[in-house]
Amino acid sequence: MHKLTYLEAGRRALIEEMRRDPRVWALGEDLGRGGVFGQYKGLAEMFGPARIADTPISEACIMGAAVGAAMTGTRPVVEMRFSDFALCAIDELVNQAAKARFMFGGQMRVPLVVREPVGMWRSSAAQHSQSLESWYTHIPGLVVVAPSTPADNLGLLKSAIRADDPVVYLEHKALWPLEGPVPEGEHLTPLGVADVAREGRDLTIVTWSAMRHASLKAAEALAKQGIEAEVVDLRTLWPWDRDAVFASVEKTGRLLVVQEAVSVSGFGAEIAASVAEALHHRLKSPVKRLGAPRIPVAYAPPLEDMARVTPDRITEAARAMCVHAEAV
Amino acid sequence: MNGASRVSAGNGANLDRDRLTMALGTMWRIRAFEELAVRAQKEGLALGAIHPSIGQEAVAAGVCLNLRRDDLLLSTHRGHGHTLAKGADALAMMRELFGRAGGTCGGKGGSMHIADFDVGMLGANGVVAANITIAAGAAHSMRLLGSDRITVCIFGDGAINRGPFLEGLNWAKVFDLPVLFVCEDNIYSATTRSTSMTAGPGVAARAESLGIPAVAVDGNDVVAVDAAARAAIDAVRSGAGPQLLHCKTYRITGHTTADAALYRDPAEVDKWRESDPIARLADTLVADGAAPAVLDEERARAYAELEDIFAAARDTAWPDVAGAFSDVQDLGDPRERAY
Repeated sequence: MHKLTYLEAGRRALIEEMRRDPRVWALGEDLGRGGVFGQYKGLAEMFGPARIADTPISEACIMGAAVGAAMTGTRPVVEMRFSDFALCAIDELVNQAAKARFMFGGQMRVPLVVREPVGMWRSSAAQHSQSLESWYTHIPGLVVVAPSTPADNLGLLKSAIRADDPVVYLEHKALWPLEGPVPEGEHLTPLGVADVAREGRDLTIVTWSAMRHASLKAAEALAKQGIEAEVVDLRTLWPWDRDAVFASVEKTGRLLVVQEAVSVSGFGAEIAASVAEALHHRLKSPVKRLGAPRIPVAYAPPLEDMARVTPDRITEAARAMCVHAEAV
Repeated sequence: MNGASRVSAGNGANLDRDRLTMALGTMWRIRAFEELAVRAQKEGLALGAIHPSIGQEAVAAGVCLNLRRDDLLLSTHRGHGHTLAKGADALAMMRELFGRAGGTCGGKGGSMHIADFDVGMLGANGVVAANITIAAGAAHSMRLLGSDRITVCIFGDGAINRGPFLEGLNWAKVFDLPVLFVCEDNIYSATTRSTSMTAGPGVAARAESLGIPAVAVDGNDVVAVDAAARAAIDAVRSGAGPQLLHCKTYRITGHTTADAALYRDPAEVDKWRESDPIARLADTLVADGAAPAVLDEERARAYAELEDIFAAARDTAWPDVAGAFSDVQDLGDPRERAY
């Protein structure tokens, strides 16, 4: 084990996969100078401009070209800069990448990875802060991944690049500098498998991406109050690890879903509904979702904070679920 | 055209009669396929929307005469002709239109999503202009793989007003990719006359503004299309970067079989019928000394083949319903879990 940041881990994943497979290449704006956050620093020198392709600011063409490239024998890694900008390429991703294999009767596959940095980060305001993962989980054909730790950003990105499906890979901007232990040798994290980040008996918190860390902080605060929360980090949103979630809720009898995204129609609703359908008889309290209110993310910090799910809010929601049940 | 050079039928040039007879056969097969697709829709056999390319056959035939089997072709929602000309199996295509087993895409795609990767046909597309960026990517991929296969992308006149047209052409030029863009200009964007919705002098000028050489050609003259396509494709193969061909043709039918096209002046349609690309080629060949009977044989052979195909497709079973769940994705495969 050694320490890497979340950003460096993603960079290492791409380097390792490009060395392993000459068909892998990356394309996106400003990649020749390391990408907007430095995730690609030094890669153009390492692999040359053909495989670390600097592109025009043409999101639709970046994604469309990746679809055409993936259908014809190469394995593109698409950089969208901000997930918000990927909306300029939604036809290419949703109508083309996700459906080509099916529409064409399985004549080929579309093995591409779309890296879309998500989330609230330093007063980035409404067009640079969104978490739109639920849009993608709704689309047949797509795999959706949201890593939360350096080790997972290494292992999940490598697995995503090796997958033969189009993978929407959502890295969280606020996590770029996060340091953590990373295995030194080959490290592949399987897609579709959750990580139980903390074990507990009283309550299950299902979360992903940056909210893993907020949830773990909340769990520490809850522990001081005698409430042991189990934190399940989904890591992959489609296919999500139903077995891990159900096993945890069977144990604890309580489910709190924590997401940074707008709560309404967020992916947390899917988890909550699935658990309510299958495990209602095991629940000691109603399932609860915690997410952002249905407002755009604002610029001024006090306003921005109104959209933020914090450890305090998680702690409060979890405590209310446990206390309420005890009162009954 | 604004500076785009014009190519006209090879006056005085020696005609390659065998080549053009082959083109005639291809055009008749397209015409027969389309007429039977229209009939099939009336009879409830072809489902969904059918966009016939009757009257546009010279574009498909003339361009594809110049392609290798392993070259790549991307098409439009009006793509039966392109697909046939690229060498796809007509029976599999008809089955696809009928939604039957053994269709080009197993009955999952239908008319608007016909693709046959075995002959380099990477798909029709239901979204106008969408294939332009995908074509750029296919060409990009061939470059990365060190392949000498070129990519041809056919799109309509309506496509030039969508963003992917600019993005895809710009990309192809910036990366100097081996791709030929073909604007199959049939004058109408669905039910709207394209000129009324298009600022400036049009597709060739837009391409030229990006430094992409553009040639305009009479798209109902297969001799001219063949010659222009050959020149453009030679340029692409020789590494001269992307090229554009503007083929001016006409959609004899409505936008779909459901569109009676009453927004058009019947005199306009009649005028274009007189410029029927198949009849024009036949006249050219007869003038060159070909025996009319030989040319009639091309027609007869095409219709006989397609009538048999129509019957065979009609008699083919529906696909196994398990197909609704296959070919979606490996991870999160709906055959394991669809909810």
